[in-house]
Amino acid sequence: MSSSGRDGKDPKRRSTLFRRLVATLSLCLCLSPAIPAATPEEAGLQIAREARDRDKGFGNFTASQAMVLRNRQGKESRRQLRVKVLEVADDGNRTLFVFDQPRDVKGTAFLIHAHREEADDQWLYLPALKRVKRISSSNRSGSFMGSEFSYEDLGAQEVEKYSYRYLRDEPCGALSCSVTEQAPADKKSGYSRQVVWRDRDELRTWKVEYYDRKDAHLKTLTLDKYELYLDRFWRAGEMVMVNHLSGKSTVMQWSDYRFGADLNERDFTKTGLKRVR
Amino acid sequence: MAQGFGRLRGVSAGLALSILAATAQAADIEIELSGRFGIEGRWYPDSALHPGQRTHASGFTAEPEFYAEDGEGRSVTISPFLRYDAADPRRTHADLREAFLLLYGETGNGEWELRLGIDHVSWGVTELRSLVEIVNQTDLVEHPDEKAKLGQPMAHGTWSGDWGAAELFLMPWHRQRTYPGRAGRLRSGLVVDRDKTTYDSAAGERHLDWALRYSGSFGAVDLGLSYFDGQSREPLLRPVPGDAEAFVLQPHYEKIRQFGLDAQLTTGPWLLKLEVIRRLGASNRPAPENGLRGEEDDYGAWILGGEHTLYSVFDTEAEITLLAEWHWDGRGAERATNAFENDLFLAARLALNDVEGTEFTLSVAEDLDHVGRVFGIEVKTRLNDNWSFELEGAAFHGVDWPDDALYGVRRDTYIGLNFVYNL
Repeated sequence: MSSSGRDGKDPKRRSTLFRRLVATLSLCLCLSPAIPAATPEEAGLQIAREARDRDKGFGNFTASQAMVLRNRQGKESRRQLRVKVLEVADDGNRTLFVFDQPRDVKGTAFLIHAHREEADDQWLYLPALKRVKRISSSNRSGSFMGSEFSYEDLGAQEVEKYSYRYLRDEPCGALSCSVTEQAPADKKSGYSRQVVWRDRDELRTWKVEYYDRKDAHLKTLTLDKYELYLDRFWRAGEMVMVNHLSGKSTVMQWSDYRFGADLNERDFTKTGLKRVR
Repeated sequence: MAQGFGRLRGVSAGLALSILAATAQAADIEIELSGRFGIEGRWYPDSALHPGQRTHASGFTAEPEFYAEDGEGRSVTISPFLRYDAADPRRTHADLREAFLLLYGETGNGEWELRLGIDHVSWGVTELRSLVEIVNQTDLVEHPDEKAKLGQPMAHGTWSGDWGAAELFLMPWHRQRTYPGRAGRLRSGLVVDRDKTTYDSAAGERHLDWALRYSGSFGAVDLGLSYFDGQSREPLLRPVPGDAEAFVLQPHYEKIRQFGLDAQLTTGPWLLKLEVIRRLGASNRPAPENGLRGEEDDYGAWILGGEHTLYSVFDTEAEITLLAEWHWDGRGAERATNAFENDLFLAARLALNDVEGTEFTLSVAEDLDHVGRVFGIEVKTRLNDNWSFELEGAAFHGVDWPDDALYGVRRDTYIGLNFVYNL
């Protein structure tokens, strides 16, 4: 909003670019051609770090999210929401979800202050009561709006909150993918582990398999329709989550991505939450 | 002919709307229309206690909301409310819930916000009722749970930063509490006659009330401190000779001051909540000993509550939230002006987390001083993207102490059904 905010961005971008360069170089040195030097744990962590570092410096964005929830019988239900995300230096992101559909929850807003190591802070704004309610962030495995996405699937995954293991490289469609396994450190997570497919060129995630606490293959997420924003940041336009145990699925479609929107910390506070439309 | 004229009018209205929309587009104004429209029925299975009372309440509500925002973030919100009730003419009422201009901007490291007009603010953290909320008047005829509020005219300024938020409220107009009429249930034996309303202040309802509030988050703790100086939202109800009836209750609004504290500790699946007030200048309950006038009685009251959620119960998506609250009023059962002088509230909410967002809530509020309890039930679910359904009921049990604030409503056990269209 202010010019000082805009001036502040450039040096940060430059240093991020520099860090990215260093990270890319170090990754190139040890990863290519076939990861000889590192242990599988180190290699897995390196890929996760690199993927995160490549996404650093986006600043903020707004986007629209549409979900189609399908049950085993094929009955459909729709969700429509708007998302605002603000990158925070040295902490997790700030994320704001505003619900537009179903209409009985229209105007309800969900604010997350993610943290790298400690538990996230979460607030809910209930427009009918005009009340901002601080809510527990313990509900990691619960369903988000009745969809197959859980709360922990939604948030940006902080690298520090998982342990990693590089598994293999294999072709994925026309691309070549690195397959890594990550196990959440959080005991409240609904998963024992996740297997992630990322293409080797851009480190975009194409597929995630989720294994529940009994190590049964619970869900599979496939991502598609990637587009490049600001020449640097890849975002998937479509995410499909299939629950293998219940037969239900959710298609999440992203649109109207706008990076560098007029957002700052003040839009992600309790006062800002009461203004949300 | 008339039909043709009607059509013409429709066309011109459509034209006007599209011109308006075009102008809005040109000026980068975003306009949004939403709202809730309900059809409601409420039944009282027990025969009435007071003469004139009906066995049902049915009707509809309309609460459209109009919102317009320009490219700079300035906005106007207008939200009228209308309730029609076929049983109690007093429950048929209209209100302007919101009609305000919102401006905000940056200042130094923080932010300022100004809301001018009619608005509703909420400070509380507890479930059954809130002590600290004092800005908005209760729309009691709308619902006995005291959660429906009337729009309050005010200038509301907020200054916020990393340190929290400081707010100033200037309220130039006092709103009177609404009450059921003779035909309505959930009332005392004597009807409240709002035409007889009196005020401590000579300025009457044009007295300027003001309030301050500070709120902030400190790690796991969310804290609020508030101060109110003005005419009470809770009237003293004194029996006086009536016009149509022998006796009616006369609402009298006193000048009070109130200090409030609200806090919530959020840790893991536990929420711990506290609301405390100290109110100065208000009278206690009118009784024969004080000549049915009430006596000035400065008092303190608090609510201590906890909430615990069990996630993924029975290996499903469902969650169960258990709530417990202890409500305490320092004036005691004989002098408190409400029914919650020493009461325990327990509730369990089952949220299925299904596509329809189905929730079931069972609760009980138990009087710890005297026998008497209120059971509550609530079921909510979505029928489709626009329609939702609510079932709600309350049952009064064992309220047989004549001085109990609930004594007059002891036969008003009810069950209500509500179909809502969400625009």
